[in-house]
Amino acid sequence: MTAVPLGLPRRLVEFTLDGETVRAPEGSTILDACRAEGKDVPTLCQGDTLTPKNACRVCVVEVEGARTLAPACSRRAEPGMSVRTDSERTRHSRKVVLELLASSVDMSTTPGVAGWIEEYGAEPGRFGPDAARVEEDPKVDNELYVRDYGKCILCYKCVDACGEQWQNTFAIAVAGRGFDARISTEHAAPLTDSACVYCGNCIEVCPTGALSFKSEFDMRAAGTWDESAQTETTTVCAYCGVGCNVTLHVQDNDIVKVTSPHDNPVTHGNLCIKGRFGFAHVQNRD
Amino acid sequence: MDLHFGDSRPTDEERAAVDTLLGPPVSAWDAGPGSDGSGRSEKDLRWARGGHAARERRDLLLPGLHAVNDRVGWISEGALAYLCRRLMVPPAEAYGVATFYSMFSLRPRPTTVVHACTDLACAARGADRVCAGLEAAGVSFERSPCLGLCERAPAALVVRAGESPVTAVVAPAAAGAVAEAARAPADAGPEPVAADAVPQAGQDGLVLLRRVGAVDPYSLDDYRAHGGYTALRRAFALGPAAVIREVTESGLVGRGGAAFPTGRKWQATASQPDGPHYLVCNADESEPGTFKDRVVMEGDPYAVVEAMTVAGYAVGAHRGYLYLRGEYPRALGLLENALTQARARGLLGDDVLGQGYAFDIEIRRGAGAYICGEETALFNSIEGYRGEPRSKPPFPVEKGLFGKPTAANNVETLVNVLPVLTRGAEAFAAAETKLFCVSGSVSRPGVYELPFGATLGDLLELAGKPERMRAVLLGGAAGGFVRPDEMDIPLTFEGTRAAGTTLGSGVVLVLDDRVELPRILLRIAEFFRDESCGQCVPCRVGTVRQEEALRRIADRTGAAAVDDIALLREVGRAMRDASICGLGQTAWNAVESAIDRLGAYA
Repeated sequence: MTAVPLGLPRRLVEFTLDGETVRAPEGSTILDACRAEGKDVPTLCQGDTLTPKNACRVCVVEVEGARTLAPACSRRAEPGMSVRTDSERTRHSRKVVLELLASSVDMSTTPGVAGWIEEYGAEPGRFGPDAARVEEDPKVDNELYVRDYGKCILCYKCVDACGEQWQNTFAIAVAGRGFDARISTEHAAPLTDSACVYCGNCIEVCPTGALSFKSEFDMRAAGTWDESAQTETTTVCAYCGVGCNVTLHVQDNDIVKVTSPHDNPVTHGNLCIKGRFGFAHVQNRD
Repeated sequence: MDLHFGDSRPTDEERAAVDTLLGPPVSAWDAGPGSDGSGRSEKDLRWARGGHAARERRDLLLPGLHAVNDRVGWISEGALAYLCRRLMVPPAEAYGVATFYSMFSLRPRPTTVVHACTDLACAARGADRVCAGLEAAGVSFERSPCLGLCERAPAALVVRAGESPVTAVVAPAAAGAVAEAARAPADAGPEPVAADAVPQAGQDGLVLLRRVGAVDPYSLDDYRAHGGYTALRRAFALGPAAVIREVTESGLVGRGGAAFPTGRKWQATASQPDGPHYLVCNADESEPGTFKDRVVMEGDPYAVVEAMTVAGYAVGAHRGYLYLRGEYPRALGLLENALTQARARGLLGDDVLGQGYAFDIEIRRGAGAYICGEETALFNSIEGYRGEPRSKPPFPVEKGLFGKPTAANNVETLVNVLPVLTRGAEAFAAAETKLFCVSGSVSRPGVYELPFGATLGDLLELAGKPERMRAVLLGGAAGGFVRPDEMDIPLTFEGTRAAGTTLGSGVVLVLDDRVELPRILLRIAEFFRDESCGQCVPCRVGTVRQEEALRRIADRTGAAAVDDIALLREVGRAMRDASICGLGQTAWNAVESAIDRLGAYA
């Protein structure tokens, strides 16, 4: 039997969402309320296991009376506020933000983004062929995972997961400034010389595929990566007594990736190096 | 926290620079004897250092980086690792902080660095010639954003690292003089006194600039002889609540650009139950074309100290931070002297003026980042993090510096509090004044103090406007252009807003008809691209796309520019609507006003 903590009952906040009166538990964000109402708001830097940095600005909504748009992922619902999620102003900002992102980094492995680009009528190509892009070769400096910063949108999720929100390892941070800002170890040293403990919790939260298992990276390069051919099996990690759930992603009878359910009360999606990467012995067929 | 510091060791010089700031290490846990692999002593093993006590010193990271950079001229891997060990800061984070600031280098460079200003006021006065001359003479230099010396444009700042670092300001700069200063900065002549930047110095009717030029900025006695510290005495006589009431009734609003009522900010801070409360003086004056705070700090430094003490008393703070931009070496020296003198005379410390109120001020130097003028970015910078703005709410009055209630005020706002108290709210409001930084093509550039209600024309009459004026930039790079036929715009926050422009931080940059407007607009776009912190997408990428479009149409007009102008408008609108902070929100203002008001590219 699993004990599900219910917490104290929360008061409801009443406010207006796209002209309709809605109620949301006190402390909810506008995004929570939108999702409860079944409204689709695009998000990139928001993640279900992290406090959002509200850096991507793709979820902006219009709060009546405010000078600027507000990020739905972080702005709390307040009684009496009037929010528009689909106004021309919101759609314009979302469209331009998607164009700015897709024109500057490779978003080919970002789930959902192609649909939003179509929905908002974004044309990333209109900044011309000379528009500056983040040109970075993938960093392959260890056997476990790859950092391809040409796909990085600087959402800060990996930094937060590595740092104070989950792992407390602080192996990576944002370095540099402006368009030249990058996720980096100290002095851009290889991961093997850094404080990295290879928990892979940064991969778990990466929204764009900039961080990926080496196995996935190699299979993509070889053209054999096929998510439709993969099965997912959630089991319990056998290494120690903590009892983490691990989800094994299997393609052609090989484990190609390991994740953990984000709603698992033990892991919240996090694992250690053994649970995340210690699967080679399973496939040792000799 | 599982810290990993690598194998790099500091040189003796780097170690000394850090130890001078932090004191010698106390155990092998923070890089003391034994930490180099020779083993921890019995005592070390019985007594672990670290935890909260060590991490609470994180705010010394920026001073530590300054200490190394000042001494050696750049920050090596070994120096950074040593500083991290001493402060228990993860090296990746410290690297992220060090690479955020333009005055630090993480790569070896010569001990002497020349910063040649290429920003708006200097560009309008021949910064290109200075740079070309330096290149021809083989002097290595860095192109710098505004150095805040606009009244003496073009300007250059020479910094030589060493045990006692030397700085030299060359302004107005000629390539030869800059090269000479770079060779021997200690021999460069003294800077002209601050009063030289105030064409009205000594005239009747000045309130904020009254003492500039009249007092010896080094002498506390002279300051007191000119009415100094009467405001603080009045504040003690009134009590904190009455001081806030007085400031509220005076109608004083913030002079940094946002024009928020100061009394309301103080009241909101003072009434927070959480503690301690902090006072922050924002002296990170980095808006291109702004130099008024520098002139006040250099000409009347004790006024800033006294005003901070009054403000601290009113909001219930016992600690004030003065965040000074790194490019102001002379203001730093004068303020440090003022703090020392004030402490020695009981005007700061445990018992200010014998009133049982404890207050002290610490100066924190910025290191070259425009964004740190944004108050929440400034807090992060003081705390030892990257100077990235935080999202609001919560506002600083509730969660500011170190997460505590904080009143953050600009220098000019604070010095206004002195006349509010000495004259009373009503008399102050009847003759409220504003400082303006006039630069560019005028015959008498400088800081001017005018009563609210004077028009742009009045101001330019005083400063000596050029015969053939093309435009005036109000409010700096984040502000907007107005036309020569708009001289009757009243220089008030409401008046400029009604005219569809902004007063901002009081920049009035005059351009004559020889100026190439597209060049100026491109410089503004480059500035924002350089200074964007990179946190949010609309600003990080939007400022790049803005610059690219302006570069494409630099020589185009009419139909050839139409598509790019439409693109600029779309990107600009998204930057204004969706950026986290004021930098991104205003990065398109000046360009938009040039297109709409001046007919640029038409």
